[in-house]
Amino acid sequence: MSQTVVSTDPGVRHHAHHFDSAEHEFDSAKQGMWLFLVTEVLMIGAIFVAFMTFRGLYLEDFQAAHKLLSVPLGATNTVILITSSVTMVLGVTSAQRKQKGLTVLMLFLTFLLACGFLIVKYIEYTGKFHHGIMPAGLYTGVNEFAASSDAFKLFFSFYFVMTGIHAAHVVIGMGLILWIMRRAARGEFTGGYYTPVELVGFYWHFVDLVWIFLFPMLYLIG
Amino acid sequence: MTTHASPAGTNYLNWEKGIWSWMKTLDHKRIGLMYLASVLFFFFVGGMFAMIIRWEHLSGGPTVINQATYNQMFTYHGVIMVFLVVIPAIPAALGNFILPMMLGAKDVAFPRLNLFSYYLYVAGAIFASSSLFGWFGNPPADTGWTFYTPYSIRTSPTVILVLTGAFIAGFSSILTGLNFIVTIHKLRAPGLTWGKLPLFLWALYATSVVQVLATPVLAITLLLLILEKVIKIGIFDAALGGDPVLFQHFFWFYSHPAVYIMALPAFGIISEMIPVFTRKPIFGYKAIAYSSFGIALIAFLVWGHHMFVSGQSEFANFTFSLLTMLVAVPTGVKVFSWVGTMYKGSISYEAPMLYVFGFLELFMIGGLTGVFLGTLAIDVHLTQTYFVVAHFHYVMVGSTLMALIGGMHFWFPKMFGKLYNERAAAVGFWMVLAGFNLTFFPQFILGSQGMPRRYWSYLPEFTFLNQVSSWGSFLLGLGFLWIAIYLAYALLKGERASDNPWGSLGLEWQTSTPPPLENFATTPTVKEWSYDYRPGTPLPGSKTA
Repeated sequence: MSQTVVSTDPGVRHHAHHFDSAEHEFDSAKQGMWLFLVTEVLMIGAIFVAFMTFRGLYLEDFQAAHKLLSVPLGATNTVILITSSVTMVLGVTSAQRKQKGLTVLMLFLTFLLACGFLIVKYIEYTGKFHHGIMPAGLYTGVNEFAASSDAFKLFFSFYFVMTGIHAAHVVIGMGLILWIMRRAARGEFTGGYYTPVELVGFYWHFVDLVWIFLFPMLYLIG
Repeated sequence: MTTHASPAGTNYLNWEKGIWSWMKTLDHKRIGLMYLASVLFFFFVGGMFAMIIRWEHLSGGPTVINQATYNQMFTYHGVIMVFLVVIPAIPAALGNFILPMMLGAKDVAFPRLNLFSYYLYVAGAIFASSSLFGWFGNPPADTGWTFYTPYSIRTSPTVILVLTGAFIAGFSSILTGLNFIVTIHKLRAPGLTWGKLPLFLWALYATSVVQVLATPVLAITLLLLILEKVIKIGIFDAALGGDPVLFQHFFWFYSHPAVYIMALPAFGIISEMIPVFTRKPIFGYKAIAYSSFGIALIAFLVWGHHMFVSGQSEFANFTFSLLTMLVAVPTGVKVFSWVGTMYKGSISYEAPMLYVFGFLELFMIGGLTGVFLGTLAIDVHLTQTYFVVAHFHYVMVGSTLMALIGGMHFWFPKMFGKLYNERAAAVGFWMVLAGFNLTFFPQFILGSQGMPRRYWSYLPEFTFLNQVSSWGSFLLGLGFLWIAIYLAYALLKGERASDNPWGSLGLEWQTSTPPPLENFATTPTVKEWSYDYRPGTPLPGSKTA
């Protein structure tokens, strides 16, 4: 049973009963989060491997297909996500420094940037759908390659699956950010305890990092 | 903090009552028991499907079920036994109960996550088993537990439910592994250094590493297959330019290491029981501990031996074959260390030790036939035959199930404070051992004579051995039923057990029975290794309180 050693003063550091101290609990939670991110790397790594394999096999088709993606939109999203990582870092450090107002503000900015990312994504996706660019089996677009090449269409399966899984992570991250923002606004992180902020920060940087790999792999390399 | 929350005179079973107190419990011991009950329930369900398969094989022609039902039966037998029974059986059930106690900890590092992973298991189980009733008028899944493409893409959409179930259950497994790794790192009692860590925990640590690293790849593979069926992404579908063999690579990248998720914790239990029942210090402690990691490492490099006839390159075949042989080295190190421990020990034949012998017999046959199958030329001849079926049943049942049942007997007095009847247990053991060998040994011969697996019917010359196998499986089923009966009796009316009926030096035995809520009255300090048995000292005579 983890019975929490509760202090009457809200915001004062507390820890679950089966840990020796708050630092002990904090270290354990961080280790758990790192391990979770390792599982994420393995999960996303598998589909990266599949993508690179197919790209090697059908280089010309994949090169032709990637030209249909919009580099300006992808680049915009890259800038948005990197900026959101900056605001997240500021949110975590302000939680460390027990600056309640700044923490809430920074988390809110991060949340807004994530919304911006999804809006750009929406514009990209609907543009593709409009031209009939869909995963391989549903592809209806008219193109000199699409008529003769399965691999050309397969590129878009990878595009939608990889960016789709990433976008799902962004949405989950937004939920987590709202959750810690609410807790921060209640003053739960003003007593030196800020583990959830730190861990959501880890997660958010990871989501950012995945995009840093996706952007060049899908949009840039020719 | 050394004060503990359990009120005086209570234990983890009775400090709080009612079904709701179990549903929302964060106590690792209760969660372990909930896993154990669920695993045993699905073992019964999966076992019933196996019985129907064997019933069908009592004769070569039609016996009880038609071809389509037969395909569904072996699919659900496989899916349920692999994803809902053998993978969670030892880590999530016994591991959850024993791991924090062996560490001298009050709980696992993340108790809420632990309960969450149990409910993920339940959700996965509900998804997978609900598909048995079909889906929107479509028949149940018939792909086999491996979901090979392209068949799984073309067949009944009900497969999606099974895939979703396995996907969710996979996350349960990942989170359990993650929890255990952090717990072993962070919650060891004072004095419990890595060099004194019980071998069951070394094994669980190695298992957890495999769970954390391999299961995510299964998750993405199953997800891609679901997307394949729903939005036709075509990555595994040759008709759309994809590659069905890529699915096999991904699937076995998880599913081969998964064999060691099943086997490694079993090795750990065997390593714990042998010193107790031979009254000798474990031989080769470090060799056993490190070989678990050797196995875990090699486990990731051998998946291609499931695909020798898939059309992968000759060079890949050769490499995978060679690497497969390497697994035999750390495994052999373990077996020799166990035998070395028994050598000149005062062996006593209580039920847990009987299961050690059962384990050694079955696992040796399973392991050695694994080397046969790893040999390229032999595998090409034997692949897709009953030889393979016999081999992996010897490994999975031989290692995981023998160790699970042995471990259940070993820790039964600690878990429930009751003693089971030794004579009844011996009868159960011999029924299971005889039944098992009668069921599966003939399948080696059938396979070597060319009888293919997953066929509803067989040629007349295979009739006798198939009948032996079927009757053997009924005996095996009866053996398991008998074990359930006398353990249930022991639970209700068994003699009260003392705190340490086996005279074990393990930390988990040094607390009261059944354990109090947070395991120990005060946090223990570990001074010695838990294997310093003096040769010749018998088990304590009085086993009752």
